[in-house]
Amino acid sequence: MSSSLIIGQYVPGNSVIHRIDPRSKIAIIFFYVVIVFFANSVMSYGVLALFAIGASLISKVPFPYLMKGLKPVWFLVLFTFILHLIVTKQGDVLISILGWEIYREGVVQGAAISLRFFLLILVTSLLTLTTTPIEITDAIEELLGPLKKVRFPVHELALMMSISLRFIPTLMQETEKISKAQASRGVDFRTGAFKDRVRAVIPLLVPLFVSAFKRAEDLAMAMEARGYQGGEGRTKLRELTISRRDIAAYIVFAGIVTALFLTRS
Amino acid sequence: MDQSQIEFRNVSFRYQEDMPWVLRNVSFTIGADEWVAIIGHNGSGKSTIAKLMNGLLFPQEGKILVDGEEVTQDTLWEIRKRVGMVFQNPDNQFVGTTVRDDVAFGMENHGMPREVMIKRIKESLNAVGMTEFERHEPHRLSGGQKQRVAIASVLAVSPRYIILDEATAMLDPKGRKEILKTIRTVQEERELSLITITHDLQEVTQAERVIVMNGGEVWMESTPRDIFSKKDSLIEIGLDTPFVSKLADHMKDAGLELSREPLNHQELLEELWTSRSIK
Repeated sequence: MSSSLIIGQYVPGNSVIHRIDPRSKIAIIFFYVVIVFFANSVMSYGVLALFAIGASLISKVPFPYLMKGLKPVWFLVLFTFILHLIVTKQGDVLISILGWEIYREGVVQGAAISLRFFLLILVTSLLTLTTTPIEITDAIEELLGPLKKVRFPVHELALMMSISLRFIPTLMQETEKISKAQASRGVDFRTGAFKDRVRAVIPLLVPLFVSAFKRAEDLAMAMEARGYQGGEGRTKLRELTISRRDIAAYIVFAGIVTALFLTRS
Repeated sequence: MDQSQIEFRNVSFRYQEDMPWVLRNVSFTIGADEWVAIIGHNGSGKSTIAKLMNGLLFPQEGKILVDGEEVTQDTLWEIRKRVGMVFQNPDNQFVGTTVRDDVAFGMENHGMPREVMIKRIKESLNAVGMTEFERHEPHRLSGGQKQRVAIASVLAVSPRYIILDEATAMLDPKGRKEILKTIRTVQEERELSLITITHDLQEVTQAERVIVMNGGEVWMESTPRDIFSKKDSLIEIGLDTPFVSKLADHMKDAGLELSREPLNHQELLEELWTSRSIK
């Protein structure tokens, strides 16, 4: 098992973007997602793109990693673009191919929607690329804090997330071990018809589940022995602090929002 | 209460009404700063003892007193602060995503302030020699290192008693040696009692006192030296004896005179080169 196993997509780094408090990052991205839908002119899209691309550059995350996040949605982006080309019938006819007429508005709308998609995905993947999963967990626990009043199990949810993160590598190692053990007994995972390969997964999953349950039981006992009794009266070691960086980030974002509304047509 | 000891008073326990007793009328005391080993073959009830001490289980009959206070639902959380526990499986007791988060877990549960936590993480990691691993994730540690972290996590809460419930059973010989060395230094440096529940004979020879369990009852309670001199009866209840002890037996059979039962290589060596000299 490699020692450099990275959970999620996090790319270690020390840029300003990495060091912004995860709560601030989530808040800013949340509002960014909202304001993307207010853009309606070339300039306003330019402002939004400037923010997304600027942040990506500052984060120093290598370009291929950024593109990886876009990979699964390229098809969707392309599909919506084409759909707009076909469906929208406003403005002048630009060209007609094989009897199909493509209208000016269709191109404009298609491009705008695709650009929105692109920006949203870029910005959200920038969050997971520059923030460790555990930081995101902490931030979610903090941000959902008010929901405790309506008895929403915020602490439990966060604990569940952090324990899952903790056990992903362990269970991956275990899967590898079991699959080797089963392969040595003649289970073939790689060849054969799809149906056979799915069936071959069963002897892998059953032992994995059995051991996961055993682990859960042990862990629950160990947690109890160490005095765990729920979130009540608990203190936390990991601490999130708002620094000058965060304030700067908010100011930049406020500038972007202002610029967006000024450039709207 | 000023008496610092764990006392079992006629404790009997079974998991369910219709199941046989796991422990029958067990009584013993573990004093302050003592190192006690509890041994016995599988199903002798030794792990159940550990869980009873920490309030993970409650006895049907008899009482368990920790520092004079009975272990009940009400005293549970206070007692868990005083009785720390290290389990067998290194992976299944590692709660935190990194070493420092795991060491903090127990302290967080007890609501300690953050500054105290940071200080104690440093101290307890230092005590087990894991300081440079503070930011490591568990999958980058060996089994022995994970168990050392588990010991550090227990130490951080500064308990008076530490129970090691077969804590070395899943480790390789190197990891086992690491853990034994760690617990020895910890016990020397801090005021605490160690209760090791074990199969490992090396661990037993280092204890001051041994409680041998058999069939849910205390079969014998004595010093390691005394217990290993009764090899035949140990084997009878399904326990092994250390290599040095066996070797000494063969030497005795071959006509060598040994003045006492040797517990380790050093002692056997001592016996050998002084055996024919003038006393």
